Amino acid sequence: MNRPFAARGAVLAAAFALASLPSFASAQEVNLYTTREPGLIQPLLDAFTKDTKIKVNAIFIKDGLAERVKTEGANSPADVLMTVDIGNLLDTVDQGVTQAVQSEALSSAIPAHLRDKDGHWYALSLRARLIYASKERVKDAKLTYESLADPKWKGKICIRSGQHSYNIGLIAAHIVHHGEAKTEAWLKGIKENLARKAGGNDRQVARDILGGICDVGVANSYYVGLMRSGKGGPEQEKWGAAINPLLATFEKGGTHVNISGASIAKNAPNKASAVKLLEYLVSNDAQALYAKANFEYPVRPSAAIDPIIAAFGKLNPDQVDLRAVAKSRKQASTLVDKVGFNN
Amino acid sequence: MLAKIAARIAPVHDGRLWTFAALVIAAIVLAPVVALIFIAAQGSGDLWPHLARYVLPQAIQDTALLLAGVGAIAVIVGVGTAWLVATCQFPGRALFDWALLLPLAVPTYIVAFAYLDILHPLGPIQSAVRAVFDIDDPRGFSLPDVRSLWGAIVLLGFVLYPYVYLASRALFLMQSAPVLEVSRTLGASPVQAFFRVALPLARPAIVVGTTLALLEALNDIGASEFLGIRTLTVSIYSTWLNRSSLPGAAQIALVMLAAVIALVLLERWGRRRQRFVGAGRRTHPPSPAMLGGLAAFGASLACLLPVLFGFLVPATHLAYESWDRVANFGLSPQLVNEARNSVGFAAIATSVTLALGIIVAYSVRLDRRGLAASASRVASLGYAIPGTVLAVGLLTPLAAFDNALDGAFRQIFGFGVGLLISGSGAALVLAYVIRFLAISAGGVEAGFSKIPLSFDGAARSLGETKAGTVRRIHLPLLSPALGAAAILVFVDCMKELPATLLLRPIGFETLATHIYAEASRGTYEDGAVAALLIVLVGLGPVLLLARMSRPLLVLSGRSDGAIQDLSADKSL
Repeated sequence: MNRPFAARGAVLAAAFALASLPSFASAQEVNLYTTREPGLIQPLLDAFTKDTKIKVNAIFIKDGLAERVKTEGANSPADVLMTVDIGNLLDTVDQGVTQAVQSEALSSAIPAHLRDKDGHWYALSLRARLIYASKERVKDAKLTYESLADPKWKGKICIRSGQHSYNIGLIAAHIVHHGEAKTEAWLKGIKENLARKAGGNDRQVARDILGGICDVGVANSYYVGLMRSGKGGPEQEKWGAAINPLLATFEKGGTHVNISGASIAKNAPNKASAVKLLEYLVSNDAQALYAKANFEYPVRPSAAIDPIIAAFGKLNPDQVDLRAVAKSRKQASTLVDKVGFNN
Repeated sequence: MLAKIAARIAPVHDGRLWTFAALVIAAIVLAPVVALIFIAAQGSGDLWPHLARYVLPQAIQDTALLLAGVGAIAVIVGVGTAWLVATCQFPGRALFDWALLLPLAVPTYIVAFAYLDILHPLGPIQSAVRAVFDIDDPRGFSLPDVRSLWGAIVLLGFVLYPYVYLASRALFLMQSAPVLEVSRTLGASPVQAFFRVALPLARPAIVVGTTLALLEALNDIGASEFLGIRTLTVSIYSTWLNRSSLPGAAQIALVMLAAVIALVLLERWGRRRQRFVGAGRRTHPPSPAMLGGLAAFGASLACLLPVLFGFLVPATHLAYESWDRVANFGLSPQLVNEARNSVGFAAIATSVTLALGIIVAYSVRLDRRGLAASASRVASLGYAIPGTVLAVGLLTPLAAFDNALDGAFRQIFGFGVGLLISGSGAALVLAYVIRFLAISAGGVEAGFSKIPLSFDGAARSLGETKAGTVRRIHLPLLSPALGAAAILVFVDCMKELPATLLLRPIGFETLATHIYAEASRGTYEDGAVAALLIVLVGLGPVLLLARMSRPLLVLSGRSDGAIQDLSADKSL
């Protein structure tokens, strides 16, 4: 029984392998590798397919996207690499798995500081890092990121892991504004103020505020839209209602934004379709859909913002250089360990 | 299959070829480890001073506390309940006998999600307490936060104890019965008999079960990250992702692997003078001690609590959340397909893992020079590496093989085959096999140790070949052990997340990746239906395992087979 057993397993595996062989590149397909959960952008992809008859095959890879594309090498089926956070975007570029593309449609739609000058990456949407404040217990209408270290918040702040890329981005931006020493002191101050261990996710900040665990927290803008619109269920509407989303700023700057963006893979088998997909994603229609479906800020200045998000006030994005922020990430991650932020 | 090919080429030397096959399997398992060594050798710059100063002290402390805590819970709960079920009679015993295995079906990350919901100030428990005491402000009453080391210890302990339960129950039911009766007639109290006879005798089995549970805890990333604790595995991730240092991450992973190996060896060394000679044959079933009154109540309660915490509470919560989701938003159409992928791939991987496990275990039985034994130890390494790290290690050799094959096809036939293995599900099957071979090889080895070598001799002297002996003598006798190993591997494949996420082909989703996708957009509540499906699909095999393991314990005991085998059989 041993041999047939093994043989049967091998035959089955081989059959599966053949059945799921990547189909040979056809002009009517584009393969999307994404670190963003594709469900978020599915309406956009569906609309694209409807418009162009190009099918989008998406695969969600959380960690190791660049590594996978790199090892797949010349045979990689990847056409478009979509990531969140400038650091991850630049990582794919640094690993050498992207190619430069020039497109009038892309460069006219996206402001210059939100795309690579050589065309290796393009931002597609913006997400602001907000301070959620308890409606009931916090009266401030405006807060700065710096003020989170104020001892008056002792035992009142909720935040996710300091090592999460959203927080690493914010801390890196703080380093660009104030330098490493001041950032370390600032992080220590926030750590002292934490109401609970840093952890969980952004929406739990709102939930914990409603639950009375904390008064203020740091979380992304679109979650407010997801909670308040009822897309997360009736329970989450209550979480969304308990908070006052503040467009926090740096003292001498604007609101920290992280970007979602995309690159064309170096060995893209369907390059033309891939470029078409990017161009579609920055079109007026798609940008409006981005805003509506995901409550993100469109990267195209003329596109409309969702009313729930627009109600926070006018977004004034921080003007620091995104590349400088990305470069400070390692330092930021080191500081998080150094002050024992997650302990 | 390798053995098959090998046997065909040179049937005369099939003994050596079994060893050769085992070595090939060990080489496959070793491939990602070697790739990791190469990655680590690229150097990580000034990483280690930073790690040594700020990261490792905390990470090692958290990891050690986590493992000590989870180990303590798993051993106390696992061994304690196994003892009760195996040797005592009390209300509900027949039920608990299998129900105690149920937490095996619940992945750790799901338990973490579920308990955070349940114990949150807005969750059912604290809300109920507030309602009862008429407290309006959520701050008026609060429980300790589960997002802590203690929370992680308790949650992981209560889902991982079944590994210990399964191993020690088999042993208690089987081996200690006659010895225990002797100890009792010599005047030992039941408590003395447990601590001085049964427990030391069960040590190898307890060690094997505990090792599996602890490696699960050590490699866990979902629950640890979610509960905000900083284990070594979490620091491997943040080194890789935030400091963009894959070499650094590989270095930490390898150091961790070395530490695991050292601990396992240390434990073996610690009982080097002990010999565990299996009874080999079943003498008579142990007669259970009748418990009455308070003792019976206590025993029932002790068995109920682990099932309650490890299974009933999270499963009920998932069922409730699922019902809520389905009522509000309907059923996701992809779920059927995802469930089919999960089950299909888990089934394929299980058959391959089992087949390779048999080859490895049988080669150990044949080869007394120890080469096959070393191969079998190496083949079990995969279980000691965190899933994603293993997957990253696999990427390089897989893609190198694929690209070379594609190049060869282009050269010879003028067309390419693309990424044959990594572009298809085969990569996933390979990852599962490497990761879970330890379970199947260990289980089969334990099964083999209960079959006297004289059977082999008899079969061979009657003219049967070695492969024929396996097919006609061993496999029928091994089937319960195989079944138990198969079910454990199957359930583990169903639950596996990190390697699945990185290695699956484009357009391929499983229940586990579905939950992760929902969780990563912060809507893990939407994953409740998929989570419930994983638990339900895992439930069937677990029940089957419970059913089949009782009458057939003689062979299914997942005790420390190698040790028993060596010590018992060398005398033959």
